[in-house]
Amino acid sequence: MSATDEFAVLPAATAERRAISATDEARRQMEICNACRYCEGYCDVFQAMTARRSFAAADLGYLANLCHNCRGCYYACQYTAPHEFDLNLPRALADLRQESWQDHAWPRIFARAFRANGVVISLTIALGVAAILMLSGEGSAGGGFYAVIPHETMVAVFAPVFLFALLAMGIGAWRFWRAIGAAPPAAIDLAPGLRDGLTLKNLSGGHGAGCNYEQAEVYTPARRQAHHLTVLGFALCSASTSAGTVLHYGFDMPAPYGFWSLPKLFGMPGGVLLCMGTAWLLWLKRRADRGLGAEGVWGGEVAFILLLFLVSLSGLALYAFRGTGALTPLLALHLGLVLAFFATMPYAKMVHGAYRLAALIRRAQERRLTKG
Amino acid sequence: MKMQALPDLDCDLLVIGGGNAALSAAISAQKKGARVLVVESAPKPYRGGNSRHTRNFRVMHGKPMGVLAGEYGEAEYFDDLLKVTKGKTDERLARRVIRGSEGSYAWMQAHGVHFQDALSGTLSLARTNAFFLGGGKALLNGLYQTAERIGVRVLYDTEAIHLDIGDGFFAGAELRTKGQRRFVKARGCVAASGGFQANTEWLARAWGPAARNFLIRGTPYNKGRVLHDLLEQGAEPVGDPTQCHAVAIDGRAPKFDGGIATRLDCVPFSIVVNKESQRFYDEGEDVWPKRYAIWGRLVAAQPDQVAYAVIDARSLPLFMPSVFPPVSADTLGGLAGKLGLDPTALAATVAQFNTACPAADGFRPTELDGLATSGIEPAKTNWARPILEPPFYGYSLRTGVTFTYLGVKVDEQARIQMNDGRPAANLWAAGEIMAGSILGEGYLAGFGMAIGTVFGRVAGEAAARYVRN
Repeated sequence: MSATDEFAVLPAATAERRAISATDEARRQMEICNACRYCEGYCDVFQAMTARRSFAAADLGYLANLCHNCRGCYYACQYTAPHEFDLNLPRALADLRQESWQDHAWPRIFARAFRANGVVISLTIALGVAAILMLSGEGSAGGGFYAVIPHETMVAVFAPVFLFALLAMGIGAWRFWRAIGAAPPAAIDLAPGLRDGLTLKNLSGGHGAGCNYEQAEVYTPARRQAHHLTVLGFALCSASTSAGTVLHYGFDMPAPYGFWSLPKLFGMPGGVLLCMGTAWLLWLKRRADRGLGAEGVWGGEVAFILLLFLVSLSGLALYAFRGTGALTPLLALHLGLVLAFFATMPYAKMVHGAYRLAALIRRAQERRLTKG
Repeated sequence: MKMQALPDLDCDLLVIGGGNAALSAAISAQKKGARVLVVESAPKPYRGGNSRHTRNFRVMHGKPMGVLAGEYGEAEYFDDLLKVTKGKTDERLARRVIRGSEGSYAWMQAHGVHFQDALSGTLSLARTNAFFLGGGKALLNGLYQTAERIGVRVLYDTEAIHLDIGDGFFAGAELRTKGQRRFVKARGCVAASGGFQANTEWLARAWGPAARNFLIRGTPYNKGRVLHDLLEQGAEPVGDPTQCHAVAIDGRAPKFDGGIATRLDCVPFSIVVNKESQRFYDEGEDVWPKRYAIWGRLVAAQPDQVAYAVIDARSLPLFMPSVFPPVSADTLGGLAGKLGLDPTALAATVAQFNTACPAADGFRPTELDGLATSGIEPAKTNWARPILEPPFYGYSLRTGVTFTYLGVKVDEQARIQMNDGRPAANLWAAGEIMAGSILGEGYLAGFGMAIGTVFGRVAGEAAARYVRN
C-alpha cells in the first residue's frame, strides 16, 4: 500500500505510563469512569462513584476497599490499553488498597510488612515456632497433644498473639473508618453490610453469573464459590477452637476429644472445606491475569492462602496420624503454622476482610442516608 | 523473517466486520448450518467497530419485558423514528427492525448478552431502551464467546480489500491478513463493516477540508473500504453521502476512539463562544438530550472547528462530570488565558451576556425555565443566569463524528441491491453499512444497535439458506 492510502489506519498513540501516586492514578481513572458509567451494573463501587463528582483521597480509599476485584469493569472497558486512557481500574484500586492497609496499620512499624515478601516471613515464623515448640515439648501429665506440648505453654504463646492480632486488625479498621469520613457506625447498617460481605454480592457480576477471573472475559462463579468454601471452613475451624475452649474451661473437659464431640464435628468438616477452598483459590489465582491485581503483592497473597491451606491440612493430618510417632513433629508444625497465621494476620491479605466489611457497612450507611 | 502459519480460510459464508451486526449474522448463519468465517480489520483489543461504544438498544415491547418498563408499541416507536429522521426512512425496512427488536431481546440474552437497568443520567430511556451490562464491549465479549463456541472462526487484523463481484454474483474476496494478501472463496458474503467515519480523507471530500479537524468518536478502523468497494462495483447507494452524525465533544479528546466518556453536557448552563470569544447560537434552546446532536455541526461551522463553553461555580454540579477536569481560574481573564482566548474579548462577551440576563429568579436546571436574555444576539432562551461566581470553568468543544449516513441499499431480506435494479445473488448487508435506508437523518438512541441485531440476524439466516442449497 502506498503512503497515501486513505484506507490505511493511523492508530491513536498510546500514552506513556505515568509515574504518579496510587491515589492520583486511581483518581485519574475514576474521573474517566464517572464520565462513562457503563459499568454501573457490576458492583457497589460504581454505585458509590456516581454519587460523587470529585474524589478526595478519603473517597478513593473507601472505593478501593469496596472493590472486590471481580474484574468485570476491566473486561467491559472500552478504554483499557492500548487505548491511550489506559484504564485498569481493578489494578489501580488494588494498589490503593495496599496503600490504605499500610497507612492504617497498627502499630505503624509493622506496616511495611505488607510490601515485604510474604512467603519468607510466613515460613520463617512457622518453622521458627515449630522448632521452639519441639524443643520445649517435654511432655506433661495431660494426654494427647498436651503430652507433647503442655496446655499452659500453648495458652501462654497463643493467647497474646491471637489477642494482639485481633486488636491490631480492629484498630486498623477503625482508623480506616475514621479516615473515610463515615458517620459513627449505626446498628441498622451492620446487617446489610454483613450480608453483602458474606454473600459476596459484589462478586456476582451484577447478574449472578459471577466474575471475570480465571477465564478472563468469561463470567464464572468459581472465585465466589471458592471464597465461600474458605470462609465457611474458617468459621467452622474457629467454632471448633471456641468449642474446645468452652469445654476446657467451662466443663473441665480437656482435650483430646472423640470424633462425636463438638470440636471434632466442627473441626473436621471445617478443615476439609478450608483445604478445598484455599486450594481452589490458589488454582484460580494461578490462572488469573496478575496484571489486574496490585503490583508486587502476588507472592505475598499466594503465601497467605498457602499458609491457610497448610494450617488446615496439618490440622487434618493431626487427626489422621493420631497415636503415631508422627504426631509430635506434626503438632509442632501445625501450631507453628497457626501462630504464623495469627502473627502475620494484621499485616497480610487477611486484613482485607476487616476493611472490606467496613467499606460495605459504610456503603449501606450511604445508601440509607441518600434514600432518606 | 519467520513465516507465520497461514490461517485456514475454508468457509461457506464470509462475514466482513466484527461488530454487533457482523456477529449477529455470523451466529445466525452458523446455527443454520453454514460454516462461517468472520474477518475483522481491527486487532482483538479494538474489535467490534462502533459497537464497542454503544450501551443499549431500542426495543419494541407490548408489556414490561426484562429490564424494560411499561410498553413501547410499534406505532410509538415508528413515530419516534419519523420525528428524528423527518420522514427520511424506508418504512418497510424500518418496521422490520421495529418488529424484530422485540424478539431480539431474548435472542441476545440467549447468545451471551446481559442486560441491566437504565444507567444513572439516562433514566429517560428506561422504558424504551435495554442497556447492556457493562456496555458495548461486554456485549461483544458475550457474542464472540458464543460465536467461537458454536464454531465460527474469527480472524482479527484481517481486512477485506476487494470483493470479487461479477454480474451481481460474489465469488470471493481479497484479504490482507497479518501483512499478507490472501484470496478467500466463499458461497456468500455478509458485509457488516460499518461506515467511513474514520476515513479523514473521505470525510474531507464529502464535507470539506474542515473535516480534517473533526475528532472521530469510534475506532480508527472504520475506514469504509468495503462500502467504497461495493459502491464502485455497482451497489445502489442510499443515504446522504455528504453527511455524518456529529456531536460536540471535549476538545481534549483523542483523535480516535474517545467514545462516550468525552461527551460534554455543560452547554445549556454555559455560554459557548468561538475562538474570537463571540457567541454564535442559543445554548438554552431545549433540554440537552434534544440538542446534543446539533452542536457538532454548529462547532464545525466555527473558525478552526473549535468552541469554548464557559460556566461559573454554580453551574458545575448541574451536569454529568466530564472525562477531563475542566480548565479553571479565579478570574475570567485568567480562564481566557488558559483557554487561549483574548481576555478582553471574553470579558466583554460575558459582561454583555450578564447584563442581558433577566433579574427574575426561578432558575430550574431540570426543565425549560424560560429564563431568557433580552437585547443580545443570539439570545439564550432558557437557563440564562449571569456568569458571576468564581472559580470560572471552561471546556473546549470540538466536533466528534459518530457515524456516516452513506450506505448500500438492501431489500427486506438484507440482500444488497445493485444499481441495475436487481438484487445481488449472494451478497447481504447488515448494520451501519445499510442503515442509511432507515436512518436517513438524525439519530434515535439505541436504534443503530436495533438495526444491527435485526438485520444481522436476517442477513445471517438468509445467507445460510442460500449457501447450504
